[in-house]
Amino acid sequence: MASTRLETVITKKEHLFIPFIMAGDPSPELTIELALLMEEAGAHILELGVPYSDPLADGPVIQQAALRALEYKVNLEQVMSLVPMMRRRGLTIPVIIFTYYNPVLQLGEENVLALMKENEIDGILIPDLPFEESRHLSLRCDQEGLPLISLVAPTSEKRVEMIAKQAKGFLYCVSSLGVTGVRKEIDEGIFQFLEEVKKHSKVPVAVGFGISNSEQVAKLKPYCDGLIVGSALIKMIESKKTEMLDNKMREKALSEIKTFVYSLISS
Amino acid sequence: MNYQFPDENGRFGQFGGKFVPETLMYALNELEISFQAAMTDNAFRLEYMKQLKEYSGRPTALTLAENVTKHFNGAKIYLKREDLNHTGAHKINNAIGQALLAKRMGKKKIIAETGAGQHGVAAATVAAKFGLECKVFMGEKDIERQALNVFRMKLLGAEVIAVSSGSKTLKDATNEAIRYWVTHVTDTFYLIGSVVGPHPYPQMVRDFQRVIGDEAKKQFEQFEGKLPDEIIACVGGGSNAMGIFYPFLDDAVSLIGVEAAGKGVETSLHAATLTKGSKGVIHGSLTYLLQTEDGQIIEPHSISAGLDYPGVGPEHAHLKDIGRVQYESVTDDEALEALQLLSRLEGIIPAIESAHALAHTFKRAQQLSSKQSILVCLSGRGDKDVHTLIDTIGGLTNG
Repeated sequence: MASTRLETVITKKEHLFIPFIMAGDPSPELTIELALLMEEAGAHILELGVPYSDPLADGPVIQQAALRALEYKVNLEQVMSLVPMMRRRGLTIPVIIFTYYNPVLQLGEENVLALMKENEIDGILIPDLPFEESRHLSLRCDQEGLPLISLVAPTSEKRVEMIAKQAKGFLYCVSSLGVTGVRKEIDEGIFQFLEEVKKHSKVPVAVGFGISNSEQVAKLKPYCDGLIVGSALIKMIESKKTEMLDNKMREKALSEIKTFVYSLISS
Repeated sequence: MNYQFPDENGRFGQFGGKFVPETLMYALNELEISFQAAMTDNAFRLEYMKQLKEYSGRPTALTLAENVTKHFNGAKIYLKREDLNHTGAHKINNAIGQALLAKRMGKKKIIAETGAGQHGVAAATVAAKFGLECKVFMGEKDIERQALNVFRMKLLGAEVIAVSSGSKTLKDATNEAIRYWVTHVTDTFYLIGSVVGPHPYPQMVRDFQRVIGDEAKKQFEQFEGKLPDEIIACVGGGSNAMGIFYPFLDDAVSLIGVEAAGKGVETSLHAATLTKGSKGVIHGSLTYLLQTEDGQIIEPHSISAGLDYPGVGPEHAHLKDIGRVQYESVTDDEALEALQLLSRLEGIIPAIESAHALAHTFKRAQQLSSKQSILVCLSGRGDKDVHTLIDTIGGLTNG
């Protein structure tokens, strides 16, 4: 069962490190390499992004990554099919698909769930499908034992309790207002917000949006059960793109990315 | 009224809803409550009507286009003159309504997205009038083709933010406005310009625009002693069309929305969302849109920056599906021809958007009898389009 893999990680690990990579950036083949690298560096769960033309919740770094990936015409179905290839190469950590709702709607919710089962994908996260719009999918996900990961934001206020109570897998806590992207400072209001969220959540609370360096990781760690890093990692991948696509320089570039991920995990 | 949409979930049948990041949900709920409270508050409604009358110059005229009617020798053609509004288009009706609502909610900053610039100008205008800080998001491509409106917005004190992502048009300006709103949601009011976006925007914009149809209904009855046989309006996002259609939904009147067929619906260069699109989610709403099989949004094409939008208001999607409104499309060339005809015969230069509705009206007028009549929404005037017109039909002769 796909969900067992996620449950095992969640119950065993004290603190989760969840990197986000965009499928197809810099190429579908390298996405597999990068996934393996994340596990080697110590990641506990992989968040795998599906490139989308109009990503409302994302800042420029992830928007650009999506555009680069779309040059390979990668779609939701193909992204899911990358996961068994990762598994064959030795990936054991759970994989969560991060996608906007429109690609899900076009493929069909039922088909998406079937493909998730077939490809042993451990969960799905849809940033533009809030609680009120997710009832149907959420019910189907429950029936299949596949978690639909919920998000809470600093503006959720009274919604926190409602969302946290039914959260499955882990609860994605948006650290600050705004779209994804690197932030210089952590908003001090986050600590109180996290305490409130943890009060209501039965699943681990993972914080994302804006985390880019070891200091921020160290500062946030005591207040949550996990951290999600996206844009900072995508920036790093982008800066090594040319080297990764070059056979002679690939190994060195990959090992530098691995060092960066490791430095975040061990902070 | 028998027609009761949206429902409590913000749905028009299956369309509409709130497909937005969680960060915005509280703001949308707050907006919904504030809007409902405002619309049932007599003082708010009176203030809104007062501003429409004393600031925008409403009611706008209903004009019988006598020369054009004679020219086609068919149905009588009446124009609802939204071009006579302050700032030159129907967009001001909604901008006044939402600005008053923003003030009532204690918000001091507004943001807006714009394609042709008419909504940007309307937003900048109401911001100046009501003492609000204003930022307008506009695609780089639209900034180029609507230089006059960009200048007007700046003159009115608004900051115009050039959007360079994606197709650099209205779709991307809207994406960026939403992203900005996610970041500044605590103190910023997002003034959406059409019947698009997450609930309650499609309903709110329609309710602020229905003044067009309410006025037209009364005026038409005074002119003709009955209702028109057909009402025709252009549809990009579809706010002028919803505004004029809405009060007639329960009446025995044919309603026709006209989309931009660009270079032709058989080509890939069009913006005919209802004619050629499929169901999907764009800018927080489930509606028809132009997309690939994988669900990636396709960039539309129209000579009119105001119609160059890959989605459409969810209420239009519903009205199409239940068959209450018929949707047609008109090419760039047909719109330009209609624009010139109205200019020469009636002394009215319409916006290219409105010219799409006119082009279809002219087709229909010839098919109907002289006992029948068509009411067309002239959503705006063409001053803003002169650069586009010089580029496309420049070198006119008077022959």
